[in-house]
Amino acid sequence: MLNYIWFGMMAIAVVVGIFTGNIEAVTQAAIDMAKVSVEIAIGLIGIMALWLGIMKIAEESGLIRIIARGLKPITLRLFPDVPADHPAIGSIVLNMSANILGLGNAATPLGLKAMEELQELNPHKETASNAMVMFLAINTSSVQLILPATVVALMGATASEIFITTILATLCSTIAAIAAVKFLEKRKRFALPEPEAKPEAAGESDD
Amino acid sequence: MIESILQGMNEFAKYIIPLLLVGIPMYALAARKVKVYEVFVVGAKDGFTIAVRIIPYLVAILVAVGMFRASGALELLLNLLAPVLNFIGFPPENLPLALMRPLSGSGSLGLLTDLVNEHGADSMQAKIGATMFGSSETTFYVLAVYFGSVGVVRSRHAIPAGLFADAVGALSAVYLCQLLLR
Repeated sequence: MLNYIWFGMMAIAVVVGIFTGNIEAVTQAAIDMAKVSVEIAIGLIGIMALWLGIMKIAEESGLIRIIARGLKPITLRLFPDVPADHPAIGSIVLNMSANILGLGNAATPLGLKAMEELQELNPHKETASNAMVMFLAINTSSVQLILPATVVALMGATASEIFITTILATLCSTIAAIAAVKFLEKRKRFALPEPEAKPEAAGESDD
Repeated sequence: MIESILQGMNEFAKYIIPLLLVGIPMYALAARKVKVYEVFVVGAKDGFTIAVRIIPYLVAILVAVGMFRASGALELLLNLLAPVLNFIGFPPENLPLALMRPLSGSGSLGLLTDLVNEHGADSMQAKIGATMFGSSETTFYVLAVYFGSVGVVRSRHAIPAGLFADAVGALSAVYLCQLLLR
């Protein structure tokens, strides 16, 4: 999937760029974005270290386990493959809470921690597990109770009007995300590799 | 009424991070006698490796997205989709933002700023735009970072599901605003 989308975006960009005369801008964008990617990643180091350190304390103190146990009824349905008291559930819950509260800076490190713990349970290391896809989908459809600071700054007094519509719209998209993941994960197209095949051998196939 | 709730929540949001930074170590020290400093450092060490690990994935995704944006392909897609959107009552002014949102955070913020400057923060276009912006995430970036950090390359149904959710989010932003706001 990603293979086609990734190549498709670049191929379309080059073809369209040639016809619209934007080809120089396309080249410049490729070079600029490669640079920006590294800047973003490097910029993450400090924040990542801070939150991963705090998370480690929360883990050692048993806080994560307490949170995970409290939300068992919900997480068991969303992530049936993950044991209810696995640390991944704690990280997932914390990441979702950070998203709901609009704490973007804290959400990313917590989400990456959750991914790492889901990867431990994943038998096919290069292929996303059902739990990983569900987690990502909920994440990108982000339920949010607090408007992003940028939106508040931009909209001024009108920000209070879109408060309710934003919550409702994000609720719709999250429900759609969960439904889509549950529906698609059973399709043959998106099936997991055969259990007896070695992950390395499956690495040749597409999607 | 809503105004004061909003203000209260944003006021409250200011305290969450400092309270977490102090609250978690406090609980750990008081309840479990965890050696907080030593444990913090052990956890923080992973920050560097994870950040460096995502670089190749970020470069791949952001370069493709950047090229796509710069080529003007988005405008082309806009023209192609215009008849369908008119049919379902989707305001054409909001389409660039809806298409940009899953691709680029800074790009969609720029488009939202344009909407506000051009039509005013009070306009329906700006309200729909802000609702769209607030209710979804940059799907491709999040996918690259999250899956990249653990070395997952085959994303299976993550992209179709994510884009479907984005489409539902954009459509519900339009209809909810038209229904609830005048």
